[in-house]
Amino acid sequence: MTMQRTVGDVVLKVDDISLAFGGVKALTDISFDVREHEIRAIIGPNGAGKSSMLNVINGVYHAQHGTITFHGVPRHAMNTHEAASQGIARTFQNIALFKGMSVLDNIMTGRNLRMKANFLEQALWIGRARNEELANRAKVEEVIDFLEIQHIRRTPVGRLPYGLQKRVELARALAAEPTLLLLDEPMAGMNVEEKQDMCRFILDVNEQYGTTIVLIEHDMGVVMDICDRVVVLDYGRKIGDGAPDDLRHNQAVIDAYLGVAH
Amino acid sequence: METSPGTFPGRMFAHARTRPQHPATREKDLGIWQTWTWSEVAAEVRAIACGLAALGFKRGMHLAIIGDNRPRLYWSITAAQCLGGVPVPMYQDAPAAEFAYVLNDAEVAYAIVEDQEQVDKLMEARPQVPTLAHIIYDDPRGLRSYEGVVDYDSLVVLGREYDVAHPDFFDAQLTAIDPGDVAIMLYTSGTTGKPKGVRQSHAAFIAAALGSAEFDHLTPEDSVLSYLPMAWVGDHLFSYAQWVVAGFTINCPESGDTVMTDLREIGPTYYFAPPRVFENLLTQLTIRMEDASAPKRWLYQRCMAVARRCGAEILDGRPVSMANRAAYWLGNVLIYAPLRNVLGMSRVRVAYTAGAAIGPDLFRFYRSIGINLKQFYGSTETCAYVCLQPDSAVKLDTVGLPAPAVEVKIAGDGEVIVRGPMLLTEYYRRPDATAESIDADGYFHTGDAGYFDADGQLKIIDRAKDVGKLNDGSLYAPNYIENKLKFFAHIKEAVAFGNARDHVCAFINIDMGSVGDWAERRNLAYSGYTDLAAKPEVLQLVRDCVEQVNAELARDPALSGSQVHRFLVLHKELDPDDDELTRTRKVRRGYIAEKYAVLVDALFAGRATQHIETEVKFEDGRRGMVAADLPIETARTFAPAAARAAA
Repeated sequence: MTMQRTVGDVVLKVDDISLAFGGVKALTDISFDVREHEIRAIIGPNGAGKSSMLNVINGVYHAQHGTITFHGVPRHAMNTHEAASQGIARTFQNIALFKGMSVLDNIMTGRNLRMKANFLEQALWIGRARNEELANRAKVEEVIDFLEIQHIRRTPVGRLPYGLQKRVELARALAAEPTLLLLDEPMAGMNVEEKQDMCRFILDVNEQYGTTIVLIEHDMGVVMDICDRVVVLDYGRKIGDGAPDDLRHNQAVIDAYLGVAH
Repeated sequence: METSPGTFPGRMFAHARTRPQHPATREKDLGIWQTWTWSEVAAEVRAIACGLAALGFKRGMHLAIIGDNRPRLYWSITAAQCLGGVPVPMYQDAPAAEFAYVLNDAEVAYAIVEDQEQVDKLMEARPQVPTLAHIIYDDPRGLRSYEGVVDYDSLVVLGREYDVAHPDFFDAQLTAIDPGDVAIMLYTSGTTGKPKGVRQSHAAFIAAALGSAEFDHLTPEDSVLSYLPMAWVGDHLFSYAQWVVAGFTINCPESGDTVMTDLREIGPTYYFAPPRVFENLLTQLTIRMEDASAPKRWLYQRCMAVARRCGAEILDGRPVSMANRAAYWLGNVLIYAPLRNVLGMSRVRVAYTAGAAIGPDLFRFYRSIGINLKQFYGSTETCAYVCLQPDSAVKLDTVGLPAPAVEVKIAGDGEVIVRGPMLLTEYYRRPDATAESIDADGYFHTGDAGYFDADGQLKIIDRAKDVGKLNDGSLYAPNYIENKLKFFAHIKEAVAFGNARDHVCAFINIDMGSVGDWAERRNLAYSGYTDLAAKPEVLQLVRDCVEQVNAELARDPALSGSQVHRFLVLHKELDPDDDELTRTRKVRRGYIAEKYAVLVDALFAGRATQHIETEVKFEDGRRGMVAADLPIETARTFAPAAARAAA
């Protein structure tokens, strides 16, 4: 499959980000950028600070030092609501869905920021609430069709196998129509077939909607196949940054992954 | 515009004139059922046909149609017929290599397919298929950057322009079609050898559709769910030929996985499924009932006992005592009606099953809860139209009376032979096969062994070539034994061996859903099919099923010799991708016996275990190995007299 998208200008830039929990330094002076429409991977061994990095980008954690520049606006720290309203959506490493709610309702929560109707209107299904819900439902159905989860529309999320839950979480993120999508280990715990499906969905999202994607992944095959550029973290420091092919032969990266004799 | 009522396009354009606003096709798209009326469908068909003509499609050419049941694919069938072309529906789940065979055999130059998956497979097959020039796709997802393929919308736009530029073209094409022209080419499923292209004329399929539509009083108000493979003759009769002839509404489900939900939403009045679908439904139902709370289970069992006692009799209108009627009425309120609703069969007036023998118990279950399930008999070569069961005379073990206009005879060797307007024109490019199957008197030899019972209903025993004898001379009909085994929810597939042997042995495939659930409830951990199938507890479970079948067989004097002495549970599921099943999921007995010859030998040699390694093909074309040491189990058999005493 040939990609027709064109990678554009830098949309997100992090500079000298440092994050510490008490004495534990999770991130130290991390800088990198993400360009429009690209698929950017963050890789590294366990505890390297990958998830912390995503959490800093969308405001779950506030870094002690450094700046985040999103769409040209520099900030010391994001906050989550602001991140979401600016078009940043994400999925989590340990699935964060509402287990007792149906797939449809879970994905509808991804549209929350687009609803203007107030509490009373929504509760009584009057005024703006009705039309808004119809319009948002139409968008959600588009996402359901896109990710091929029609058959579980009414199923409570808790009853679904892990691989499908991951897909539902992606659906919820997509329902927000993000311009920047952060995926935290979208393929962890999946079998080969599920991984292939997920890769195809990620590529399709990127191609069809032009969404910029930052993903954390352990499966090197996946990273090398679908990503444009890769950041490598180890013990909270950046040890590599570049196209997958360049990193394949980077000694620091090989050492971090395979370990070195002491 | 004058069109002949003897052709499918003629009939479709007649509907567009006489009932333009009547719904013809529905499809669930983005969660909402979309409807197209007959006039809209006719306009679309005209545009597709003109579009194909603009691309150079001409009379006599073949149009491959591949995909799930999509309205546009059904319309493409008529569009090809309008131009005097021959549509060739193909099994959508077949891998590229199988595509290549059919595409080459039919010299296909034009293909209309559903989506990227099918386009990719055609691209893969293309180097081996030099004739394939035009690929048209319905769903554009993921296909935007493909070159050398045409999307459906562009085809229709092209067609409309062509129609404007050549205003007389389309009507001239329509008048040129003759009822004797070939309307469709369906490939046989190929239980033996390579598939053959069966060519059926407009006249043959319309005769079959008319006959069956009148037999069951189908009207334009009826509604069916189209969810079976379009390449199967059953779907072509029920979702295409009868649709165009009777003018009812076909409903295309959202996806293959949503069929159950869609069935409930549509509530078809006319329903058709092969036994396997009814089996799966009952399996799911049984699983869910076992998970239900104790009071619900109790109520279900009590009501089902009543249904077994008198349900089928009430449906047939036979005399039933007042007490039973009252109990059944209560059962209907509490269980049967809600059950029919869950199954999506609340409005079903007529339901049919065919394609394989149905287990008597399975058949009785559906009739006992008030679903008018009937059987019919037919094959690709006979437009699936030979015998039908009338409402008043439904039997468990027959396939019905000869259909209107069809002559059925039993040949000297016990083979069922048939004659009538619904016979095939020919096998494509196989005059030898055509001559072999149709005799000098015009009878088609079905290859099935059967006989007429006292009421004149046809009873099919098995494929004629499969029926054999055990060494002691008693009758051996493998299908019969396998079907008895397959009725158990835990057994998905069975293959019996016994011809010219001392006794019968069998391979078993467990049903992953049912046995998996059973294992879960017993806290039995397993990693996958191979692991689960080898658990001693599972083997015991299967042994119980086999022994029940043996007890039943022992009661039938003619078949008591066919009891299953030894069996094994296979380490992998039989799969069409590994050539073990046909695309319509019939076991390919000969191939399996050859492939697993070591296992067959081990069964009959009395060995206790046997090591086996098998190559499997995954859906994406990769290969892998499955290896296992299979334990071989011995089942208890019953002396005919002892079983009678026990019963």
